[in-house]
Amino acid sequence: MRVQLTINGASREADVEPRLLLVHLIRENLLLTGTHIGCDTTSCGACTVLLDGRPVKSCTVFAVQASGRTVSTVEGLEQNGVLHAVQEGFTKEHGLQCGFCTPGMMMTSVALLERNAAPTELQIRQAISGNLCRCTGYVNIVKAIQHASATMREAKAEKEPATAGRA
Amino acid sequence: MIPAAFEYEAPTELAEAIDRLARSGGEAKVLAGGQSLIPLMKFRLAQPARIIDLNRISGLAYVRENGDLRIGALTRESDLEESAVIRDRYAIVADTAAVIADPIVRNLATVGGNVAHADPANDHPATLLALRASVVARGPRGERVIPIDDFFVDTFTTSLAPDEIVTEIRIPRAQAQSGGAYIKLERKVGDFAIVGVAAHLQLDGKGSVATAGIGLTNVGPTAIRARHAEEALRGRAPDDRAIAAAAEAAAAESQPVADLRGPAEYKRDVVRVLTTRALRRAVARAKGGK
Ligand SMILES: Cc1cc2nc3c(=O)[nH]c(=O)nc-3n(C[C@H](O)[C@H](O)[C@H](O)COP(=O)(O)OP(=O)(O)OC[C@H]3O[C@@H](n4cnc5c(N)ncnc54)[C@H](O)[C@@H]3O)c2cc1C
Ligand code: FES
Ligand code: FES
Repeated sequence: MRVQLTINGASREADVEPRLLLVHLIRENLLLTGTHIGCDTTSCGACTVLLDGRPVKSCTVFAVQASGRTVSTVEGLEQNGVLHAVQEGFTKEHGLQCGFCTPGMMMTSVALLERNAAPTELQIRQAISGNLCRCTGYVNIVKAIQHASATMREAKAEKEPATAGRA
Repeated sequence: MIPAAFEYEAPTELAEAIDRLARSGGEAKVLAGGQSLIPLMKFRLAQPARIIDLNRISGLAYVRENGDLRIGALTRESDLEESAVIRDRYAIVADTAAVIADPIVRNLATVGGNVAHADPANDHPATLLALRASVVARGPRGERVIPIDDFFVDTFTTSLAPDEIVTEIRIPRAQAQSGGAYIKLERKVGDFAIVGVAAHLQLDGKGSVATAGIGLTNVGPTAIRARHAEEALRGRAPDDRAIAAAAEAAAAESQPVADLRGPAEYKRDVVRVLTTRALRRAVARAKGGK
């Protein structure tokens, strides 16, 4: 079957079997290997990508289901050589050790901060509860997301000084 | 893990989906959130020849309160969690959605899939039993409204005909002086329940229990309604003694089996403890608390 999707802003097409999982389309057909496969049983979140802006486990979605829709992966975060605030946060706060869970963790974080610019620590911990870190670096992952939240809000305040002044 | 090959269709109309399901001669499965079906297919515990994807059909995801509460079958758990009506007026449903799997799974998992799947470990069934809900199904012969007590037949088995699709869940409108709660014990986030208990109460003018609904998760071949526990409350003031009696009854009528989540006797005691807690919270909510 023909699938056409927008991935990280680019339109891509592929001819696939219906049983092909989205994660395999992303890694093997589109050669975007930043999205990882950990458990392959919908538990670990290493394969998390955004489907129309919402985090999903791409090992548990068929590629054909994504046809006509928008997918974002970790490769799309950096823009024009500038890291996304979430990537910056993970760097500054030492939010990764082996890095295996990191792409999924970051995609979940990006979606969280889009919906809630200033999450509490509890909200952050709840949001990432479907992403497992085998290195158990959760303390720094939370700090990384808090760092990103702060820099994103600062950047926004600079862009909209009038509203920021009132708030 | 790669599922066995299948043919895939994604109709855009419900009538078309029913027609295709009816013509498939039992070889097809409908796909909603896929969060139970796709894992089963990857393990090859399910090998449907045809998949009918419901996700391109519009108008099946909604939460509406007009008369009763109506939840479209394709409503995602995350949408239930975020719905103001659910949060403010049907807290027991919000409690339930929030403890299903993890937040990423909840972005896809649907309420229709949760009941149609009929895993005794699924969380919505107990809550819907406590609430006296009904399941609306559509098939080639038209629409049926199935009382929840007649819906769950056995593990992974419902009273749906093979060519019927769940379209809606209906819950009686929330009344004044009513309230409910769902409490689940799990080993870790994202795991199925060791035990889950749903309790819903309606109080009368004197503060006694007019109606009680109690549903139990993962302590039987299906989610079960704890009828003796409900009887222990009816007509009585929901004080500590009545709640203790109901909790004992619920533990007695639960049917746990030993597994990796613990021995049967342990689970029975968890039923007792969680029934107590769920009833206390239900009473507080019926009296206007959170
Ligand atoms: C890691 C993990 C943890 C989980 N933990 C929990 C948990 O704690 N509690 C819990 O309740 N669930 C849990 N689940 C299950 C999850 O919530 C399921 O996704 C959900 O129960 C099924 O909904 P779905 O929309 O994904 O259904 P699908 O997977 O799409 O379908 C499930 C079954 O129902 C049928 N079906 C689906 N929709 C309809 C319909 N409208 N009409 C007729 N038949 C239909 C399908 O044909 C299939 O047989 C977990 C899943 C995972 C992967
Ligand atoms: S690889 Fe998809 S959840 Fe682990
Ligand atoms: S950094 Fe190693 S798994 Fe998270």
